[in-house]
Amino acid sequence: MAQTAAQPSVATPAALPVKAILPWAVFFGALMLLALFFVGAEQGATAIFAGEGVHEWVHDGRHLLGFPCH
Amino acid sequence: MNSATVGKLLARGMVAGLLAGLLALGVAYFLGEPPTEAGIAYEAAHSHEEGAELVSRAAQSTTGLATGVLVYGVGLGGIAALAYSFALGRIGAFGPRATAALLSLGGLIAFYVVPFLKYPANPPAVSDPATISQRTTLYLLMVVLSVLLAVSAVIVGKRLASRLGNWNASVGAGAFFVLAVGLAYAFLPAVTEMPKDFPASVVWQFRVSALAIQATLWAGFGLVFGILAERLLQPRESGERIGAMEPGAVAPSS
Repeated sequence: MAQTAAQPSVATPAALPVKAILPWAVFFGALMLLALFFVGAEQGATAIFAGEGVHEWVHDGRHLLGFPCH
Repeated sequence: MNSATVGKLLARGMVAGLLAGLLALGVAYFLGEPPTEAGIAYEAAHSHEEGAELVSRAAQSTTGLATGVLVYGVGLGGIAALAYSFALGRIGAFGPRATAALLSLGGLIAFYVVPFLKYPANPPAVSDPATISQRTTLYLLMVVLSVLLAVSAVIVGKRLASRLGNWNASVGAGAFFVLAVGLAYAFLPAVTEMPKDFPASVVWQFRVSALAIQATLWAGFGLVFGILAERLLQPRESGERIGAMEPGAVAPSS
């Protein structure tokens, strides 16, 4: 599919090998998802920390970013 | 070398996500806060169990909002950069910037617009606090389904391209995605909890601003990350262009 290089001025970059991406994707992917979890769902449906502090602090962002809230 | 490239892309993705988050924060503050305030005013007028405030409204609508939007921006930027590492050179004859633009458009649609059309963003006081678990599960299920279907559609499109050509294969993949999303919409339960007298204009304003926040975030990310990724992946070409644009800046003596 990528062989249809009609314009030689735009160089199609070589694909990065999956083996090189996977360690980053697993570790940092999980870390990034954890960040999204704290903004979107912590102390809502489920909680890592007790109380309401995180939920109340990111309350407006949670609503406006489209996550379900109270 | 290649592994280091992925790490550098990831770092650039998080930076681009932070910058896009700052733009989105502006939209959230100026467009999103008024209907949020209106929802809270409705809530206050209709409930009598007013407890002590843990976080003041002034903090929630400024530093709290900023924390939420910026952390979200960095997180999304990181995830999008990892997805970009997979997409680069695999989705067709696109350069670094075009790949970033396409990925951002796909991300906006798959990660936000498709789930939003089934389970839209709601201002405070619209939902029943007792159903938060079901609503969260359904929303996350819809996001995961949508992203998986979008990735499948890209793979289907790639497979079809050798037989049908790029255009027809893309249309076919798009049709597959729309059909599959339609089926998911049909089988997942609807959530209808809005109080009958809740002002419709507030809901409309809130949802349009929620959509504007995400559009700003993804567009900002795509444009900034595209530039950063191109500089990383094709350094010589970009260097020439910068040199050509600012001849005075790089020539100390003339």
